[in-house]
Amino acid sequence: MNFKLIAKRLSFLVLVIWAASTIVFFVPRLSPRNALRERFAELARSGGFAPGDIEKLITNMNQQFGLDKPLLEQYWTYLGNIIRMDFGYSLNRYPATVTDIISQALPWTFFLLLFTTILSFIIGNLLGAISAWPKSPRWLRGIATPFVLLTGVPPVIMGVLLLFFIGFRLKLLPLGGPYSIGIVPNWSWDFAVDVLRHQMLPALALVLGSVGGWVLSMRGMGVTIQGEDYVNFAEHKGLTGGRIFRDYYLRNTLLPQVTGLALALGTLVTSALVVEQLFGLPGLGQVLNNAIRSNDFPVIYGIVLFITIAIAVLMAVLEFIYPLLDPRVRNQ
Amino acid sequence: MTTVTATSPAIADTAMEQPSSLTLFLRYLNRNRGLAVGVVILIGLVLFTVIGLITINPKHAYPLSVATKQPPSLKYPFGTDFFGRNLMAAMVVGMWQTAVIGVVAGGLGTLIGVVLGFTSAYFGGWIDSTIRTICQILTPIPVLLIQVVVAGSLDKRDVTILTMALIVVMLAWMGPTLVIRAQVLTMKERQFVSVAKLSGVGDIAIIFKEILPNLLPFIAAAFVGQVFSAVFASFYLAVLGLGPLREPLLGNIIWAAQLQGAFFNGWWWWPIAPSIGMILILASLALINMGLDELANPRVRKTE
Repeated sequence: MNFKLIAKRLSFLVLVIWAASTIVFFVPRLSPRNALRERFAELARSGGFAPGDIEKLITNMNQQFGLDKPLLEQYWTYLGNIIRMDFGYSLNRYPATVTDIISQALPWTFFLLLFTTILSFIIGNLLGAISAWPKSPRWLRGIATPFVLLTGVPPVIMGVLLLFFIGFRLKLLPLGGPYSIGIVPNWSWDFAVDVLRHQMLPALALVLGSVGGWVLSMRGMGVTIQGEDYVNFAEHKGLTGGRIFRDYYLRNTLLPQVTGLALALGTLVTSALVVEQLFGLPGLGQVLNNAIRSNDFPVIYGIVLFITIAIAVLMAVLEFIYPLLDPRVRNQ
Repeated sequence: MTTVTATSPAIADTAMEQPSSLTLFLRYLNRNRGLAVGVVILIGLVLFTVIGLITINPKHAYPLSVATKQPPSLKYPFGTDFFGRNLMAAMVVGMWQTAVIGVVAGGLGTLIGVVLGFTSAYFGGWIDSTIRTICQILTPIPVLLIQVVVAGSLDKRDVTILTMALIVVMLAWMGPTLVIRAQVLTMKERQFVSVAKLSGVGDIAIIFKEILPNLLPFIAAAFVGQVFSAVFASFYLAVLGLGPLREPLLGNIIWAAQLQGAFFNGWWWWPIAPSIGMILILASLALINMGLDELANPRVRKTE
């Protein structure tokens, strides 16, 4: 991989992050809502403030956070803060910073996403490849069909249905929450099992909601490869079916799927956020939802920016890995 | 769209009987089963909404209008919720509002996409590279998150069905722009455009008389795709509690049910009806979209 390409990709990454930060900076400032004022109005309703006090408080706060400076100056400070991953303070849980709150919630979201994405990617691509492979047995091909039918069902709705059938009707798995009510988090085996049981339904909802997409795209790709000369050549050389499947078929079809994975990251993350919210898991989704409900604007903007940056960086990483997987790109 | 038009009229008059366009259409639907199923589901949903709007009192879709927490029965086919909404009425009104959001956002998004895609591809040069770069930079940003920022910045009272559609469309025109641009680029090089150019036809006339008619299937597919993503995006926003909270949008109903712990309290019917409604909407749109793709792209079009 040459230097020019790396530079191009990196500058694109910077551009994406800049665009997202700029949108997140200017959109709220164009709106008539004033986060501080709303917050203090709420406090004032709960009692104990003279009307003048609030105004003084707001002026003080504006000074402290530099909100009275010219917009352009604020913008520069803001961009500098973004580079240092400093998203400011939470209005609700002051003095906790947005970064603190994100890092507390992140592990839940991260592991759920990591696990479900890898699982659905593997299952989906294997099923897709098998269902497009002309020599695979009929019953094996049939397995893929129900997953394809599920493609149109968003993971959240899958979550509602799973909650109804498995959680509510059969009472096999809990209805939500990170762990059973009344258990104190500790490092015991029982607690780990309890947490895993609570993670099963959300994970299942996410996996079932995204497997079909991989099956569909993999099958489409597999069909185009069938007529290729190198597959025919391998067959005439007398290679075994398994060998052709693995080295000629999967190898060539998996590459575009990695690009597909990079493109699907945004959708995967947003689905995870909404599903977490549905199941009451304390991940980023619930933090975002709480922030929305209590008008905790710095937290909303912080989470949005953090996720956007994370996705942009991951996409760039996948693009850098790509030449390692594909010798044709590597040798260019 | 038909293959029969290629035969000369003389032969068609004497030897062959031309099938009517309705027969041809039905035959095409038989080949393109996905499209047929999608259209049938969509018609069913439209009938449900229209008949519902006529027969049901829309006021019952709002809180405190009927008895609370009733399980499904003959009187309330989908039950009623914690706030005293008849879920049947809520579904009818919610479907209607979803349709409004989908059509307004989908239409606007497609319109912007077609205009930008045309400008970009037809004129090329710096205009093309600017539009393309903007699309490429905005594409990796998760649309829902930016929509969360926009919806969150609005005053809750300002969030209506219409603003919801505008929020959704704000960041959803990139897809159609790129698709239309790619199609215009290939079409620009075709012979009939060159012939028109050489005969001295102006830019505007070429765009409207030569290229646009050939693009219609693609525009239709892009429109359905846009409606799908608009419905999807507004649903997610509503599930996150960013929708117009007073309105019985399907996502809002699920949000409210989850907030009140519907399953914990045994009110299982509350989130089920909107979930199934949403599955039907999305499935029909996805099937129609795939079917139109097949229609628009002759390479994958099945022959009889």
